[in-house]
Amino acid sequence: MADILKDKERVWNNKAHNFGLIPESNIEMLKKQEKEVKTTSLQRLALQEPQCGFGELGVCCRMCYMGPCRIDVFNGGPRVGVCGATADVIVARNLLRETVGGAAAHAEHAMDIAEVLKEVAEGKISTYSIKDEDKLKAVAKALGVKTDGRDIKEIAKEVAEISLEDFKRLEKEPAVWVKAYAPKSSYEIWEKIGVIPHNAWKPIMNAMHRTSMGNDADPINILLADLQMGLIDGYMGLTMATELSDVLFGTPKPIRSFANLATIKPEYVNIAVHGHNPLLSEKIVEWADKLNEKAKSLGAKGINIVGICCTGNEVLMRHGIPLAGNEFQAELAIVTGALDAMVVDYQCIWPILADVASCYHTKLITTMPFVKIPGAMHLEYSPEKADEVAKQVIETALEAYTRRDPSRVYIPDGAEEIIAGFSVEALLEVLKKINSDDPLKPLIDNIVNGNIFGVVAIVGCPNPKTRRLAFTERMIKGLLKNNVLVIVTGCIAHIAGQAGFLNPNKVDSFEVGNGLKQVLKALGNVAGLNSLPVAIHMGSCVDNSRIGVLLKALSERLGLKVSDLPVVASAPELISEKAISIGTWALALGVTVHVCPPPRVLGGPKVREVLTKELKSITGGEAYVECDPELAVKGILDRIRQKRIALNLPVPEAVVI
Amino acid sequence: MKKVFIEASKCTGCKSCEIACAVEHSMSKDIYKAIFEVPSPPRFNSVLKFDGFIASLRCAHCEDAPCVAICPTSAIYRDPETDLVVYNETKCIGCWQCAMACPFGAIYPDLERKVSRKCDGCNERVKSGRIPACVEACPTNALIYADVATIEEYKREKTISSLSRTTKTYVEVI
Repeated sequence: MADILKDKERVWNNKAHNFGLIPESNIEMLKKQEKEVKTTSLQRLALQEPQCGFGELGVCCRMCYMGPCRIDVFNGGPRVGVCGATADVIVARNLLRETVGGAAAHAEHAMDIAEVLKEVAEGKISTYSIKDEDKLKAVAKALGVKTDGRDIKEIAKEVAEISLEDFKRLEKEPAVWVKAYAPKSSYEIWEKIGVIPHNAWKPIMNAMHRTSMGNDADPINILLADLQMGLIDGYMGLTMATELSDVLFGTPKPIRSFANLATIKPEYVNIAVHGHNPLLSEKIVEWADKLNEKAKSLGAKGINIVGICCTGNEVLMRHGIPLAGNEFQAELAIVTGALDAMVVDYQCIWPILADVASCYHTKLITTMPFVKIPGAMHLEYSPEKADEVAKQVIETALEAYTRRDPSRVYIPDGAEEIIAGFSVEALLEVLKKINSDDPLKPLIDNIVNGNIFGVVAIVGCPNPKTRRLAFTERMIKGLLKNNVLVIVTGCIAHIAGQAGFLNPNKVDSFEVGNGLKQVLKALGNVAGLNSLPVAIHMGSCVDNSRIGVLLKALSERLGLKVSDLPVVASAPELISEKAISIGTWALALGVTVHVCPPPRVLGGPKVREVLTKELKSITGGEAYVECDPELAVKGILDRIRQKRIALNLPVPEAVVI
Repeated sequence: MKKVFIEASKCTGCKSCEIACAVEHSMSKDIYKAIFEVPSPPRFNSVLKFDGFIASLRCAHCEDAPCVAICPTSAIYRDPETDLVVYNETKCIGCWQCAMACPFGAIYPDLERKVSRKCDGCNERVKSGRIPACVEACPTNALIYADVATIEEYKREKTISSLSRTTKTYVEVI
């Protein structure tokens, strides 16, 4: 056959091998994957590029069958769809549907945990227990549940029932979790613009309804619904999931561990937990311990559980399970040839994992009734069967271990030491050692005097598009030089860990501003360390709620709006709709949110205007799109500087990047 | 000389080629920045549909191009290095003779600046060893970048192989 695609293949090939700034150890694994699996994420991305421009700008509408319609963002083509929908209507509807995707995912995650808490409280299941009674009492207090003289299970039952009621309430009363956990000033704004949700189901139902063909055509009205969806994500999703997970599994405390693919060990039976919900991964960790002897009888040194993606962060924070890799590296973990099983629950599980696993002895095990992948083994999880499933998972891994081919094993060097698990409670505990009456004061004082220029929470995913740029690493480096306190969660925490930003012994190997370095060392000393690491690990992606709790505490302690605080959030490598819904919640709170790749709204001029400018005068939030890491650092610093000026705080003159 | 050929049966009408063309002819060459440029970046191809036949149409860079022959100021000319039919805006007087002569409607007049514009075959990209932007963007490979002899050979082989498949079925049925 005449080779008519030769030129195009050359383009694909060049793109697939453009590793950019991806760490050397990952490049080795990508090359191994290319040889042994014949596909890599970079290759698949190359075959998709350039991606559809209409999709990138959000101006493709698939809501009805007169379409699909596309708006021409350049001159000459159609300005409206068949029904007359403008670019703004189309991008606003698409954005709301994306946010629904994210909020629904987080809400179901939270609901799953609340249901287990209820069953535990009622004594219906014995597989789980309440591990942190203090946290339960704190949550109960926040939700307005009486605790004095009551049995712990009674309190738990009421907390669980109130939580579940937030999903299904029919009365038009504000959702309890929103009221309990929102900063007062933000809550007042939301009341005024009428976006306080009564429950989770109705706004989700309404959002799908109002965005279907022939309904809401007012982009501003749609964006208000989007803000409301952000609140559902933030409180009936993130916050509820985190707080109730802490009740069931314990509130995280700083813990030492390791990060990188090197945490997969050739002489052990290796099992990766991948996904988000700690319900299953907690059990796997428990059963790995119980069945350790069995692994030894097979000639292994024991069972080594490693974490991938956010469930990795969950078990890292509570048990010190090492972080093998982020979502982008999940394939590479299998490619090591030393992973015996990968057990997944939900969210961010790429279907390609089944194909990759089929090239090795690795067993990919799906566990959720609505997350099945052809080619994977399915062991259906339910809370009452948790022990049984966890045991089966481990036994499957043990069996797979006996089929491991040592000649195909290659694990890159360089496990990086990390310290993780700074829940708000843990941070306050450290701060209390400095000021026991007013633990927030040392933090506030250091922000005021400029030792800490501002706080930036870098959250979200590891997008192959931006991995080539080492976006996160470059941003963190730039921020550190400028005395910015960096908080990380989710897959960004994996990236930070692998780059050494979570290593308390490596503080001096980065260029850190003097003020920040002083604070980190002082806090580290009271915490019994040489120094805190340069980035603070606060958990998984649902644990962004911990940042929300901290913001509430700071804003109420200072009597300031969240938007007044010198705080910026950044999702520099977003992949998931969940990142969009978390970002929407942050915008509703009044936080400036930096994001890359650009959210799919740029094709709508009015929506663009609202999100990047007009929102500032409503909630105080601002969306900021910048896809150059150094310029993003500069933009973030500029925004923090403006907030400091508004607060009459000292502002350092020069900015170094 | 390599040209952009169209295998119309593979075209889904997604207009990716149109967007890629506009982005390539923008100042920034980045879609997220191109949408903010004034004037809007031009594009020189069109996806058209007639009676279920969809195709992406652009300048054919004819071997004996009537636009080149008719242009009184030599604003449209052939680049000796790439053999592509390109244009020099500063020489154009807006007489539209090229538009009249072109059998494909490949001239895209800029009425504000009163000059002719057309597909330049991504001349600069081609010179630097890259393929035209529309071809790179085509998700179904309906746009093929090849020389005429290769594409004809491809079509001959494709037809023959489809015939041989039909024959085999025919034999099996008997």
